[in-house]
Order: sequence, then structure tokens, then C-alpha cells
Amino acid sequence: MALAAESGLRLDLDIIDYLILILYFGTVLGVGFAARRAIKTSADFFLSGRSLPAWVTGLAFVSANLGALEILGMAANGAQYGLLTLHYYWIGAVPAMVFLGIVMMPFYYGSKVRSVPEFLKRRFNKPTHIFNAISFAVAQVLIAGVNLFALALILDALLGWELWVSILVGAAIVLTYITIGGLSSAIYNEVLQFFVILAGLIPLTIIGLVKVGGIDGLFEKVRQGPLGEAALHTWSNTGSSADNPLGANWIGILFGLGFVLSFGYWTTNFAEVQRALSAKNMNAARRTPIIAAFPKLLIPGVTVIPGLIAAVTIAGLGAKDGDLQYNNAIPLLMEDLLPNGVLGVAVTGLLASFMAGMAANVSGFNTVFTYDIWQAYIKKGRSDDYYLRIGRYATIGGVIIGIGTAFIASGYGNIMEYIQQLFSLFNAPLFATFIVGMFWKRMTPWAGFWSLVLGFLASLTLYVAYLTDAITFNSALEQSFWGAGVAFVTAVVVAIAVTFFTPSKPEDELRGLVYGLGGTSNGTVIVSGEKVWWRNPVVLGTIAVVLAIALYIPVW
Amino acid sequence: MADNDQVDEKKLSAAARLFDVRRVIGGLFVVYGVIVTVVGIFDTQAEIDKAEGVRINLWMGIGMLVLGLLFLLWLRLNPPEPPDPSDIDDERPPAD
Repeated sequence: MALAAESGLRLDLDIIDYLILILYFGTVLGVGFAARRAIKTSADFFLSGRSLPAWVTGLAFVSANLGALEILGMAANGAQYGLLTLHYYWIGAVPAMVFLGIVMMPFYYGSKVRSVPEFLKRRFNKPTHIFNAISFAVAQVLIAGVNLFALALILDALLGWELWVSILVGAAIVLTYITIGGLSSAIYNEVLQFFVILAGLIPLTIIGLVKVGGIDGLFEKVRQGPLGEAALHTWSNTGSSADNPLGANWIGILFGLGFVLSFGYWTTNFAEVQRALSAKNMNAARRTPIIAAFPKLLIPGVTVIPGLIAAVTIAGLGAKDGDLQYNNAIPLLMEDLLPNGVLGVAVTGLLASFMAGMAANVSGFNTVFTYDIWQAYIKKGRSDDYYLRIGRYATIGGVIIGIGTAFIASGYGNIMEYIQQLFSLFNAPLFATFIVGMFWKRMTPWAGFWSLVLGFLASLTLYVAYLTDAITFNSALEQSFWGAGVAFVTAVVVAIAVTFFTPSKPEDELRGLVYGLGGTSNGTVIVSGEKVWWRNPVVLGTIAVVLAIALYIPVW
Repeated sequence: MADNDQVDEKKLSAAARLFDVRRVIGGLFVVYGVIVTVVGIFDTQAEIDKAEGVRINLWMGIGMLVLGLLFLLWLRLNPPEPPDPSDIDDERPPAD
């Protein structure tokens, strides 16, 4: 680890900072032990017994997405692309989160499925189910490995621990608290880390803004810097992709990011949906993603803004490798601005958010592995205790494979591109299959299967063509937009075409799963709900969307 | 059977009280708040200069302390209840 030893990026933690760090991990493990006592059935372990209030699942929902990859990555994008990064938070998240809560959650929660693949099994057939379960499980351990690798990089660069030690220590802590406490302790930790990471990012943003002379000072410096005026607008320079730092035009942003990628990620990603499935009732489940949309609106204030501050205050930021990569914007600012004390809180928040990201992947993996692969196809009809035990083994297995994939991830130059690629491969066709299947009762089981498989293959083909230079794109980002779009269109076309040649399911088997067919899905649930406005998903969702639009106005 | 169920329920609600997430957040933030505030009171000029002249430890310490206390206050005013059975089956489709 000579690299780390020579590294200029090194935070000097003192005894107080370590105390803060140790207190956090002590608390997390304590919660795990406490949660263990309350776990009796496999549903407790996997779905927290469906007992959590909406504000807890809502914060866990946003927190499962607020992994440190997201924080470091979005600050990096802020430094590189300026305010255009806001699209990832607003148009790229809020409409999809609201749609999930208002339109899709009645089907998920109401059908009592325990996972997204299980929904596919009931709506379509077993081949669709197993294809999705396996591809999901693979994607989750790959992403868990990326999170673990990134966690280890931070430990390595900030605290001077060697990479392999950091990977093992990180894996051991994640393993301990998920095996012991199951989803409850993962969710509790997510809510806790949400507040800790904010307590670390807020002082960073405040001091950073003081340094550059407030928001006006910051914008003035950006205007005069290499990013220029275009980095201070979200829409006005998107008429042509050449006019803005992101290199995308408004059609790409609106449909690629705002529709296919965003809806694909937020509405079918089980690691997210699982948080809502652990809510205590239908209304709480529906409010979960909508409650999460409110913090999501404001988080760029402590990620994109620090990214811009880093861009104007750290000379040489944006190097291809070494300490001055965009990915290091937040750690570099921490080194530069935070005194011991709040520094400890910030380091703790960053480490906790990597843990949360990995824990979300692992708990998604063990649920799908146990319910959708093991219980469905390998050992059927065993006792609940048996599956609870398998779930714990699956966690251990998932973490061990995660350690393996962490070493694979360490071979990649840009891990954010790798993640985007996984989303365009797995989530975009899945979303297309879902949306057609939920709203068109005639769509047949085999149409579900072939639309998923061919959608995936279409995206994969495009990716391989890009890798082998058969097709060229301006950037890997542009390729992932196109990959998602191609997968989506292919999946929809195949779903419609195959439906005309294969038999439909009888309507009775589709109740509660398809829009307009009895159960929760008769249309009334979507509009009615709670009488109190602040508990009504439709009212809350509308407020979230209006706020997102309003927030765009000053940075048009 | 009935006895068992009652014991289970008691155990469950005891556990629920013990690790109500508000108690965990509140407790941790009170401790963090106290530590960081104390650090802030004794910050040297060098540390204040590093933070661009902002007494950030002091302010964040007080902020975290207040947030922690608010969570504990909320817990006190609105203690956790055992889950209401009607809550759980609310708005579900008829059993199949």
C-alpha cells in the first residue's frame, strides 16, 4: 500500500474523532442485538414484520439510495457538470418516486408479495420469475462489491488502513449487523446514518460557502472559472448537447434520465421497494417513497454545492488519477475545512453511508435468494425456522461474494460508470415489462418472459458494441442513456408482439396485480386514501412534484 | 396458547420500546452534541481559522444536542404503541 502512504489526502483524526466513530458502530451493533430479540419469523427478518411507521421507512428509502457512492459521485458530478447535476435529484428522481407511491405501490403492497421477482411470478410465470431473481441477485452482489470497495478506498485514503484490511473490516461489520438483526437493524441503521451524514455534510457546506463568499460569491467564481455560465443553468442551455457541460440535450434529459432511467431505477429496484414493503399498512407503504422525495429535493444542497465549492477552491481538481480526481471532492474539502470534532462526525457519516449502501444490497440479495430461488425451486415447503436460517446463510454468502466482487471492482477505473451500466442492463427492461403488465391485462406470461430477456439482450448488445468500438458515443454516460432507451423500446415491442401469439392468464389469477381488476387495484384506492391531507399520498405527491418544479425556477 | 401469545406480545412491545429508532437517534445525537460542544468550547485559534473563522464545533455541537433532545421529547410525548391489528390488515385485498 505504498500508494496510500504517499497519498497527500490524509485526514488527521484525533482521539475525539475516533471516539465519535466508535460510538456510532457500537450503537449500530447494539441495535442489531436488540433487534435480534424481536425477530421470530422469517417475515420479521426480511420485511421487518411489516410494522414500521411511514417516516422511518421513508427515511430508510432515501437513505438506501444515499450511499456514499451517491454522495461522492454527485459531488463529483457537481464539480464536473455544475448545476446540471440537479437533474439527477429533481426530474431524475422525484416524479418516479411519486409515481411509485401513488400508482405502483397498491399493486406491490396489496398483493402481499415479499419481493419484486415474486410479483413477476404471480403476474407472469416461473421462467420470468427465475430469470429476474437470478439477474437481480447477481446485480446486487456486484453492486455490494462496488460499495465495499469504495468503503475500503475511503478507509485506506483517510485513515491509512490497508485496502484488504479495510475490505475485510467493512465486510465484517456489515455482516454482523445484518445477520444478527435482519432488515430491521439495516433499516434502523439507515435512518440513523441519514442524520449522521447530514451532520457531517452541513458544516462542510457552511464553511465552504463562508470561504467563497456565500452563494453569490460561489456563482461569481464559477462564472469566471473554466465551467462558466453554462454550469449555472439547468435547462436554458440544453437546446443542443454541445452547449452545456453535461453533453446532453433536453430530450435526452427528459426521456432518457427523467423517464426510462429514473422510473426504471426507482420503481423496480427491490433494494428500494423493500423499504416500503416493511411499512405497517398500505397507506404508510404508499407514503414511503413520497416522504423520501422531500429530503431528496434538498440533498443536492449538501452534495452538488460542495462539489461546486471544490471546483472553485481546489486547484487542479479533475485530474485523471491520483488524489485530485473529481470523486475526491468531498474528502478533499473535509481535509481542507473541517476541524477535529465535526471532522469525526463527517468521517463517521461517510463510512456509515457506505455501510448502508452495502447493507441494502445484501439484504435485498438475501431476501430474493431465500424466497425466490431457494424456497421456490430448491427446497420447498420447509418450516419458517428453516428459511430464517437459510436467510442468515445467504447473508454470509452474499457478503463473502461481495468481498470477491470488491476485488473485481478494484480493477475498474470509474466505478460510477460501471453502476450506471448495470442499471441500464437490468432496470430499464424490467420497468418496461412491469408497466405494460400492470396496465394491460391481456399481456401474456410468455410475453413477460421474452420482453425481459430480449430487453436485457438488446441493452447488452449495445454495450458490447460500444466496448468493441462497433458503435461510438460521446461518453459512457450517453451510452447508458441509449442502452436504457433501446432496452425499454425492445421490451415494450416484444411484450406487445408476443402477446398476440400466446395465451393470456385468466382474469381471476390477475386480481390485485393488474390495474382495473378488483382487489386494491380498482382505481378507487389510487385517488382516495387518507382523509387527513398530510397523510394522503396523492396530496403529498403533488406537493413534491410542484416543489421540484419550483426549485428549478431560480436555476433555470 | 393464549398465555403464550400474551407473553409474546409483552416481549415484542418491550423490544419495540427498547429500540424505538427515536431513542437511538436521540441518544446518539445527545452524546455527539455534548462531545462536539465541549470540543467547540476549547477550540484553539488554529482550529477556528481552519474553519474560515466559523466556530463550527460549537454551533454543530449545540445543533446536534438540540436535535437529539427533540427526538427524546417526541418519544416522551408520543410513546410507541403495540401495532394495532386493524392497522396491519388495512386496505388489503380479501384473503385468497
